[in-house]
Amino acid sequence: MSLTTADVRKVARLARLAMNDAEIETARAQLSGIFDLIAEMQAVDTGGIAPMSHAQDVAQRLREDKVTETNQREAFQAIAPQVEAGLYLVPQVIE
Amino acid sequence: MTWEIVIGLEVHTQLSTNTKIFSGASTAFGAEPNTQADAVSIALPGVLPVLNKGAVERAIKFGLAVGAHIAPRSVFARKNYFYPDLPKGYQISQFDLPVVGQGTLTIQVEPLSGNAKPYEKTVRITRAHLEEDAGKSMHGDFHGMTGIDLNRAGTPLLEIVSEPDMCSAAEAVAYAKALHSLVRWIGICDGNMQEGSFRCDVNVSVRKPGQPLGTRREIKNLNSFKFMQQAIDYEVQWQIDTIEGGGKVQQATILFNPDTGETRAMRSKEDAHDYRYFPDPDLLPLEISEEWKEQVRATLPELPQAKQARYVNDLGLSAYDASMLTASREMADFFDSTRMHLDTENDIDNPKLCANWIIGEVTAQLNREELDITQCPIKAYQLSELLAYVAKGRISNSGAKEVFRTMWTEGGDADSIIVRKALEQISDSGAIEAIVDEIIATNADKVAEYRSGKDKLFGFFVGLAMKASKGKANPAQLNDVLKRKLAG
Amino acid sequence: MLNSSLQQLGSALRARKISSVELTQLYLDRIAKLNPQLNAYITLNPETSLAQARAADVRIAADSAEALTGIPFAQKDIFCAQGWLTTCGSKMLHNFVSPYDAHVISQFNDAGAINLGKTNMDEFAMGSSNETSHYGTVKNPWDTARVPGGSSGGTAAAVAARLCAAATGTDTGGSIRQPAALCGISGLKPTYGVVSRYGMIAFASSLDQAGPMGRSAEDLALMMNVMAGFDERDSTSLQRDKEDYTRDLNKPLTGLRIGLPKEFFAEGMGADVAKAVEAAIAEYKKLGATIVEISLPNSKLSVPVYYVLAPAEASSNLSRFDGVRYGYRAPEYSDLADMYEKSRAQGFGAEVKRRIMIGTYVLSHGYYDAYYLQAQKIRRLIAQDFIEAYKQCDVIMGPTSPSTAFKLGEKGDDPVQMYLSDIYTIAVNLAGLPGMSIPCGFGANNMPVGLQIIGNYFDEARMLNVAHQYQLATDWHSRAPHGL
Repeated sequence: MSLTTADVRKVARLARLAMNDAEIETARAQLSGIFDLIAEMQAVDTGGIAPMSHAQDVAQRLREDKVTETNQREAFQAIAPQVEAGLYLVPQVIE
Repeated sequence: MTWEIVIGLEVHTQLSTNTKIFSGASTAFGAEPNTQADAVSIALPGVLPVLNKGAVERAIKFGLAVGAHIAPRSVFARKNYFYPDLPKGYQISQFDLPVVGQGTLTIQVEPLSGNAKPYEKTVRITRAHLEEDAGKSMHGDFHGMTGIDLNRAGTPLLEIVSEPDMCSAAEAVAYAKALHSLVRWIGICDGNMQEGSFRCDVNVSVRKPGQPLGTRREIKNLNSFKFMQQAIDYEVQWQIDTIEGGGKVQQATILFNPDTGETRAMRSKEDAHDYRYFPDPDLLPLEISEEWKEQVRATLPELPQAKQARYVNDLGLSAYDASMLTASREMADFFDSTRMHLDTENDIDNPKLCANWIIGEVTAQLNREELDITQCPIKAYQLSELLAYVAKGRISNSGAKEVFRTMWTEGGDADSIIVRKALEQISDSGAIEAIVDEIIATNADKVAEYRSGKDKLFGFFVGLAMKASKGKANPAQLNDVLKRKLAG
Repeated sequence: MLNSSLQQLGSALRARKISSVELTQLYLDRIAKLNPQLNAYITLNPETSLAQARAADVRIAADSAEALTGIPFAQKDIFCAQGWLTTCGSKMLHNFVSPYDAHVISQFNDAGAINLGKTNMDEFAMGSSNETSHYGTVKNPWDTARVPGGSSGGTAAAVAARLCAAATGTDTGGSIRQPAALCGISGLKPTYGVVSRYGMIAFASSLDQAGPMGRSAEDLALMMNVMAGFDERDSTSLQRDKEDYTRDLNKPLTGLRIGLPKEFFAEGMGADVAKAVEAAIAEYKKLGATIVEISLPNSKLSVPVYYVLAPAEASSNLSRFDGVRYGYRAPEYSDLADMYEKSRAQGFGAEVKRRIMIGTYVLSHGYYDAYYLQAQKIRRLIAQDFIEAYKQCDVIMGPTSPSTAFKLGEKGDDPVQMYLSDIYTIAVNLAGLPGMSIPCGFGANNMPVGLQIIGNYFDEARMLNVAHQYQLATDWHSRAPHGL
């Protein structure tokens, strides 16, 4: 399968990966090769087969609604790129 | 030709759990920024979600309350998008298998304009699903940057999606209010709109009757009923003007500005959405057994609609009164409590009297002072004492209103206020007969006219007698005595 | 001492023949000498390791030592360890000092084990040669011109070169078994859900599983006793009774039915690998096993299925690396979107970006059913093949990798060639089954060959028994690389 440059650009944008034209082109060629590999899967008849999301057929376990966590802001924010007044700072969010 | 308005709502209700939906961090409102943002809330590498039983229980409660199908098996999915208040880069939500399926909510609509009468309408609920809330962006003074507080991230939400069944702002507001009342009624959400516990997204479109649905625009994050009405009104007019002006409505996510009363498209949502939903591999299917469902059902209080039906059928109230009294669980509790006190302590079974006073005097005064029923300075047992005196004829209706006002502003019990203000009615038959005798004696000519057939003069005698009693004569008794004595 | 088993080291420590501090220092000295050549470790913290060793010695003195108390292990750099730089092989986490411990780490800590350091790995565990690490390639101790395999390549090299007593790995598509095979050591990927994933940086959540890597099956069994067990912080952790994984080590193999999937012995496998694997099967026959030919007809689809499912999950799992709360943030950016795009473009390496792109594409609108859903359905078919097969046999055997260790840079820029080197291991992850690799000889250029043993769900104790009996009869597992 051959991907277009536009496909790759759209995916890079969705995945928030900055890519220049040369990188887009390399990715396009490589991804096309990988999708050729994946294409083998398309011919399989999977009618009536339930998709398998998990290795085990087990139901979700539930947690009691009790507070177990304490304030660890100082430890967590010690490794943050930019904080002020207890907040994580990012370039301005425009709504 | 007129336009038809089509409105559907998506309501995010924060569930009143102690902890977050996928971690044991507190959800208490108003904490210092990021002090309730635990490892899961800030999405440290390697951390994993574990589902809060309390959140699921609340979802089941809601489903049962709207008569919906509770999915025996539902699935959590990831909704992928980047935003600084969404730490994982995806929101854990439910997509094609939500926990609550189709249900209904019956609402009382009070038209906002004209003389149209209130009417009942049943709105279909499409589904309700569990998901996690995002954090908050703070646009303070941070050198032109935005601050992110993740305390709210991971707070459990039940997103309740309606069918586009509403066709006016009044219906949309009535639905939102009924839903707001219901989630508080069943105790799954505190309903605090200022704190964002109950947030509405409203999808609005317009069309000519008989035409297919128009393109909708979604007004995000309305947190007051007043704004909802204003926003819908503005948006509907904008869409009509746009189309009539030859333009086309483009699908968009918009915000309402309460200061200007206008709506505008959000700039940050310009990207075409492609959320790449897929089942969250960190969470297994949520299974709800029949047994668990029944356990939850047993904890549900009597629901507003059942209560309304009982008020009408057993207590003889009007449908309107019943719906007013079940506007909130607190209101119904106040009514029930007043009625029970009146019955058990005074042996007076008079729901209608209680209803009239609560819907009338009490509600009017609460509205005037912008209070809700839980803040009413007169407690139910105090009101029942006053109503007992009304029922027994100790005081007149107008006297009772004066007692009520005094109780409201100064406190105190009805009995001592009646005594202090000398509001007691004259119900002593001897005293009333003496007054009537005196009037007949001093108005012989009018008495003669009355007796010769001029019935209209009866009112004249009542007026004189009331004046003579300084307004305190029991009106029913006075009527009886006057009729008997005038008959001669 | 360097060739002692965990059992022997534990006994020596408890008999005070050596202290944990001495043993830890012995390894630290050896690491200081050999790691510059091999690059097996990303982070060392000698003071922390020695402090742990001193605490272990106190515990030993108090006679409260457990089986692994005082023994120095290495931890794959995918496990968050409090106070340790935890990079996951990525520039994205070049400065991430974890504020918490993964479940696996706290299990080792509670057992009194020593953390010698964090081992190198393919970036975010995406790779089969350890060449995608931001922290440089790892060299295979048997031939430093060759790759150690991946993604747990640092661990495999460290164990093979005796730079630790044993170590941890993780396996999403073969990342324990393939490097174990290429470096001539033993490695076990347990049944999905047996070892908690809490604190293990996620690659593909429904496939990732941590496991032990060491020099013998017996060592792996002792490590499993520490690593396995229910953890309430991982929803996919299974609630099962605690097991003693050493319990069946000494059972005879008489009557063992070994299934050989005909698909594994068809085309693709190197002749040298085939020869070693066949010799191993012959050895098992001598030990009393019988051979059954089985078929795993859908296993040939496991590579395409895997390269849809794993990147899809990864694309989402790696969205949290956005430069906001921890990790790498680009030094310059014009606005929020630019900050995201540059931080992620600069913080992730080429292979990680490639997989994020594949995953994003297969999940995106209009492609979901054709790719993701179809892959999940075939995943079930692959799992059903195994369930059918286990009606006829007790364990399945075959090669771990189609070839021995290849040269650094040999597979260069062709991701598809690299992906195909996982052809025998991936189906096991898709099914959620336990799999292991043990050394079974040497192939071309005297490089080690691995025998893969695939068990039924929760059959780890039997697999360890099967491996241990072979290791009693052969000495491939005790061979050490020359010249180190």
